[in-house]
Amino acid sequence: MQLETNILLFELALTFYFIATITGVIVLFKGKKATSRVIIVLAVIGFLFHTTNIIARYVEGGYFPATNLHEAASFFSWCMVILFFLLEYRYKLGLLGSFIMPIVFIFMLSSAMLPREIAPLPVVLKSYWLVIHTALAFLGDAAFAMAFCIGIMYLIQERYVKSKHLSGLFQRLPSLQSLDEINYHLIILGFSLLTLAIITGVIWSNTTWGKPLQGDSKEVWSFMTWLIYALVLYLRMVVGWRGRKAAILSIIGFLVVIFTFFGVNLILEGHTF
Amino acid sequence: MNVLVIGLNHKTASIEIREKIAFDGPKLGEAIDIFKTSPEVRENAILSTCNRVEIYAVVEDINSGIEHIKKILSDFHQVPRDFLDKSLYVYAGRKALRHIFRVASSLDSMIVGEPQILGQLKDAFGFALKRKSSGVLLNKLMKKAISVAKRIRTETGIAENAVSISFAAVELSKKIFEDLSTKTFMLIGAGEMAELAARNLISNGVKDVFVTNRTYERAAELAREFDGKVVEFDDFIQELIHTDIVICSTGASTYILIKEQMHSIMKQRKNKPVFIIDISVPRNIDPEINNIDNIYLYDIDDLQGVIDINIEERSREAEKAEGIINIEVDTLLKWYASLSTVPAIVALRDKAEAIRKEELEKTVRKLDGLNEEEIKSIEALTNSIVHKLIHLPTAALKSEIEDKDIMVDIVRRLFDLDTSQGNESGEHGMNHTSHIKRSDERKS
Repeated sequence: MQLETNILLFELALTFYFIATITGVIVLFKGKKATSRVIIVLAVIGFLFHTTNIIARYVEGGYFPATNLHEAASFFSWCMVILFFLLEYRYKLGLLGSFIMPIVFIFMLSSAMLPREIAPLPVVLKSYWLVIHTALAFLGDAAFAMAFCIGIMYLIQERYVKSKHLSGLFQRLPSLQSLDEINYHLIILGFSLLTLAIITGVIWSNTTWGKPLQGDSKEVWSFMTWLIYALVLYLRMVVGWRGRKAAILSIIGFLVVIFTFFGVNLILEGHTF
Repeated sequence: MNVLVIGLNHKTASIEIREKIAFDGPKLGEAIDIFKTSPEVRENAILSTCNRVEIYAVVEDINSGIEHIKKILSDFHQVPRDFLDKSLYVYAGRKALRHIFRVASSLDSMIVGEPQILGQLKDAFGFALKRKSSGVLLNKLMKKAISVAKRIRTETGIAENAVSISFAAVELSKKIFEDLSTKTFMLIGAGEMAELAARNLISNGVKDVFVTNRTYERAAELAREFDGKVVEFDDFIQELIHTDIVICSTGASTYILIKEQMHSIMKQRKNKPVFIIDISVPRNIDPEINNIDNIYLYDIDDLQGVIDINIEERSREAEKAEGIINIEVDTLLKWYASLSTVPAIVALRDKAEAIRKEELEKTVRKLDGLNEEEIKSIEALTNSIVHKLIHLPTAALKSEIEDKDIMVDIVRRLFDLDTSQGNESGEHGMNHTSHIKRSDERKS
């Protein structure tokens, strides 16, 4: 019974994210300022169902629901939506929803297709570290997802200005400078969160198993991600790679994040859980 | 009473004719006074700008009104009638209101969406108000025209997107840099268009201004005007390291800035974006520079291309504006219809009768046990009081007085017979539409 309600909540969230995605695409091709607000309203409704679903699952399973791939993809979507709201509130980007909602929807859809059963959690994983470590990691990845979207928006806007054909989305996209700066701030945010996630992971592993690293491929790829974003920040701050190059780097970085997320779990062997 | 527009504009008359017909300086007041004292014209106002001259008038009879105004125009400016007739357009009734709204919203302007015309129209009506040549109808029309123009400005995009070189330059700067107040600007050379663009950028709040010119004195002169600093012409390339926006307009016949130089500048700037506007012909800046990352180079043709797209966009928005105008013309016509005497008298009677009935019922209810005869005599009493009271205002409304519409307006306000825009009840609304039809027929 409880599981059914839970599934219903999840499906409702998925549905609203889907409608928001479709609206986002429509807004992109022929929309006005007012219609981009519709995306936010739809996303908020979906987000409320989604939050209830996550809490319900927490209560039911008795642990923070981010331990299998279904839960992880769902929680990652949740993190992206909440960051989307924060960015929209802070910068009023208008079109951001059209770019982020498809990604949210794809992650929710993959989550929906993955096995949902709540497996009993090994006792070793029952710890506050689980919440802290995973929340930090996912929020960091969500910030990279935002940087990815902003990077795409930058490339589109830059194309308009360079080609001198100022029609279509040109008027509705923000200025190049603000896109570039937001992209930069998001990468700093994501990088800091990822760094903290790695540190907490190491401490947790050390206190529980007595060794700082498990040596699994997720750890390897997470460290790869960390290195890539460290390089992005270095190129930007020291070498002066900004604008188009920085946008492309943030897009590549997120592709690695996605691979770490799915690829490593599905193709290579998994992380402790 | 009929509203008339008689005038000419850049589409119907050449500049020579417009100059002849223009009412500049003291002519404006003189002409208004002539119209004011003429028996045919009840109200008038004159708009005279470099692109149009229009007489707005309220006349009793359309045909003789038009004839009369044209005669005054031809006498006043001493131009032959047939010469005038070729350029003049005449609108009456609904078409006149529509025309004035279109003018106010700058849909009739040379550049759709330009902001000056509304101010000029305000001045024209303000002047008429001062000279006491306008009355209830024109004053209401003016207020309405201003509010319609503002509504169109906010609800449609007719005033969005720059349609001049200098504004396009500012708009683009704002799409490249979010905040101009932290940016440095350099003017290379001089020239009317370049200086206009520079002035626009500066008024949008750039942080520092540099001016350079082959002739040092010219640079110094412009630097004083723009409150900027002079850069020696030989040093300007080095100064680009600290410059974000460049406008270039020199008479040089070759490139004064080439790709290699800009490459090294960008390295020293750590790739901070640069926006370069080259409005010189022939071009002064190597077009290849646009291919360097974080440099955006626009020449005069590029800016013209931007403007062309914007003009198209504005004319699309203008169609939406026409829809708004049609709706607003209808509401104003309703108000005009309410100014005719018959509906005002009917409304006054209805109101009095409603009050009488209500009070009578109250009294009869209170005085229990009255016989039929007694009730009848009370009724007769109330009837005669009400009739005697409203007889005077009714008679005044019916009499053929000069400023009848003012009277109607006052009566409506005194007795709260308000039926103008927005708050009509269904029945009143119906009444009004039938009146509009009638008055429209009369007008046409």
